[in-house]
Amino acid sequence: MTALLSASGVHAGYGHVEAVRGVSLDVPAGGVVTVIGPNGAGKTTLLAALMGLLPATGHVTYDGADLADLDVEDRVAAGLCLVPEKRELFAEMSVADNLLLGAYAHRRDRAGIARGLDDVYARFPRLAERRAQRAGTLSGGERQMLALGRALMSRPRLLMLDEPSLGLAPLIVREIFHIIAGLCETGVAILLVEQNARAALQSATYGYVLEGGEIALHGPASDLLHDPRVSATYLGGDAH
Amino acid sequence: MTTELALLLAQDGVATGAIYVLVALGIVLLFLVTRIIFVPFGDLVAYASLSLAALQAGQLPGTIWLVAVLAVLAAVFEAAGLLRAGRLNRLPRALALWLVLPLLPAALALGLAGRDIGDAAQVLLTLALILPIGPLLYRIAFRPIADAPVLVLLIVSVVLHFAISGVALLCFGPDGARPRPLTNAVVDVAGMIFPGQALLILAASLIAGVALYVFFTRSLTGRALRATALNRVGARLVGIRPGVAGVVAFLAAGLLAGLSGILIGPVTTLFYDSGFVLGLKAFVGAIIGGLVSWPGAVLGALFVGQLESFTAFYNSAFKEVVVFAVLVPVLILRSLASPAEDDEEAEEL
Repeated sequence: MTALLSASGVHAGYGHVEAVRGVSLDVPAGGVVTVIGPNGAGKTTLLAALMGLLPATGHVTYDGADLADLDVEDRVAAGLCLVPEKRELFAEMSVADNLLLGAYAHRRDRAGIARGLDDVYARFPRLAERRAQRAGTLSGGERQMLALGRALMSRPRLLMLDEPSLGLAPLIVREIFHIIAGLCETGVAILLVEQNARAALQSATYGYVLEGGEIALHGPASDLLHDPRVSATYLGGDAH
Repeated sequence: MTTELALLLAQDGVATGAIYVLVALGIVLLFLVTRIIFVPFGDLVAYASLSLAALQAGQLPGTIWLVAVLAVLAAVFEAAGLLRAGRLNRLPRALALWLVLPLLPAALALGLAGRDIGDAAQVLLTLALILPIGPLLYRIAFRPIADAPVLVLLIVSVVLHFAISGVALLCFGPDGARPRPLTNAVVDVAGMIFPGQALLILAASLIAGVALYVFFTRSLTGRALRATALNRVGARLVGIRPGVAGVVAFLAAGLLAGLSGILIGPVTTLFYDSGFVLGLKAFVGAIIGGLVSWPGAVLGALFVGQLESFTAFYNSAFKEVVVFAVLVPVLILRSLASPAEDDEEAEEL
C-alpha cells in the first residue's frame, strides 16, 4: 500500500534544542499508526513539525506531494488535521461556533457544512446537547470530543491526534478510544500519539516507539504489544 | 433646569455621542480581532479630516508622505522575511501588495493635487489615502509580535500614537483645518433644529454598529476573525490565517476612521493632535460597554456624549474630568458583576 504521509529524516526543535532527530515514518491511507514513547521523547514536536507549526528539515510527502512549500493553513485545506494536546478550542465561543469554524477551509460549501454538523452531532450526542454552551465551560472529556468534532468538520484525510486521553478519567478514555475506532471505519487515516501505550497499540495497526527524539523500535502494533522491550517499559511489564 | 434646556443638552449629547460611537466601534473591532487597543485610531480620524480639508483647499495632503514611508518600511519587512525563509519567488506578489497598492492613492493624490475634482471625488480620495495606513502599521509594528500579551501590544500602540501624531505635525502644521460639511441641510423636528451633518454622523454610527454586529455574530468570516483573537494556534489549525484576519480588521477600521474624520471634521475643528482625546473618550465609552460588545460600545459612547454635554453645562472646566472619572465606578461595578471573566483576562495577560 502506498503511504498517504511519508516522512524521512525529519529534524525539528525549538531554537537550538533539537527535540526530533531524523525520524522517518509512514502512514498508509485509511490506516491507524501510533507513536508511543515517554514524556519528552519529542512526540508533540513531531506532530507540530508535520503540521507545519514548527520549522523542520527533512523530507515529508503527503499524497505524493512535497509538504515543504505548504504552510499550516494550506495543509488544513489539503486534509491534514491536528488535534493538539492542548485542544486549542475557542473557549469564549459556543460549541456550535467552534464546530462551524472547523469547516472554515470549506466555507463556501454551505450544504456540506450543514451535513458535517449533523454527522458530528450524531457521533457526539453530548455536543448536540451542549451546542449553545460556551466551549470554556465544558468538562475535559467534552472538550476532547469538541476538539475531535471540530477536526472532523475540516473533512480530514489524515487526522493527527496528540494525547487524546491525557488528563481524562478512565471511563472517558475508553469512550475516546471507542470513538477513534469508529473514526477509522470512515476511512480517515489516523496518526495517534499516546502515552497510554496499551490502548494506543490495541487501536493501531502499526506502531513506532520514539525515545530521545529518535525511533527506537517499530513494527506491527500486535508485535509491539507482545515485544518484551515494549511491555517492560511502557506496558508496566504485565502484558501477558 | 427646564425641560427645554434638558432636551437641548440631550440633543447636543447625542450629536457628540454619535462621534464617539464611530470611533468606539473601530477600537472594539481591532481589539476583538487582534487584541490590540489601538490608541492611534483617533490620529487616523484627524488625518482623514485634515487630508480632506487640504484637498478642498487645493493643497497636497501630507498624508501621502506618511503612507509612502510606511509602505517602504512594510516592503522592506516583507522582503527580509521572505529572504530569511528562502521564498524569494513570492517577492513580486509581496511588493505589489505592500508597496505598489498602498502607494496608488498617494500617487493619485499627487497627480490630482490643486485640481478641482469635485466634492465626492475628494471624499473618496481621502478614504483611499487613509485606508492603507492601518494595515501598514499592523504589518510593521504588530504582526511581528502578534503573540505578545495585551499589555505589550498596548505599549507599542501608545508609541505608534506619538510617532504618527508627530508626523501629523510635520505634514499638516500646528493649525487646525475644517473641511466643508457634506450637507448644509437643516431638519426641523417639532421645533428642535437638527443640523444635517449631525444626522449624517448619527446615521453612519448606527449603520456601522448594526453592520458590525451582524457580520461578527452571523457570518462565518466574522466568527473566524474573532477566533484569531481568542486562540491563534486554534485558528491556524482550522485554516484561518491570523495575518490576513489582522489586515482585514485594520482595513475595516481604517474605513471607519476615514469616515469618522470626513464626518466629524466639519463639526469640530480637528488639529494634528486632536485624535488622542477623541480616541480616549471613545475608549471610555467602549470600556463602559465591555470592550468586546457592539451594542455595549454604542450605548457606552452615547452615554459619554450625554455625560459630556450635561457636565459642560454645569461646569465646562470639569467636563473631561467627569468623563474619565466615571471609569472608576463603572469598572468596579463591572468587576463585581462578572468576577469569573476577570480571572480569564488576568491569565491572558
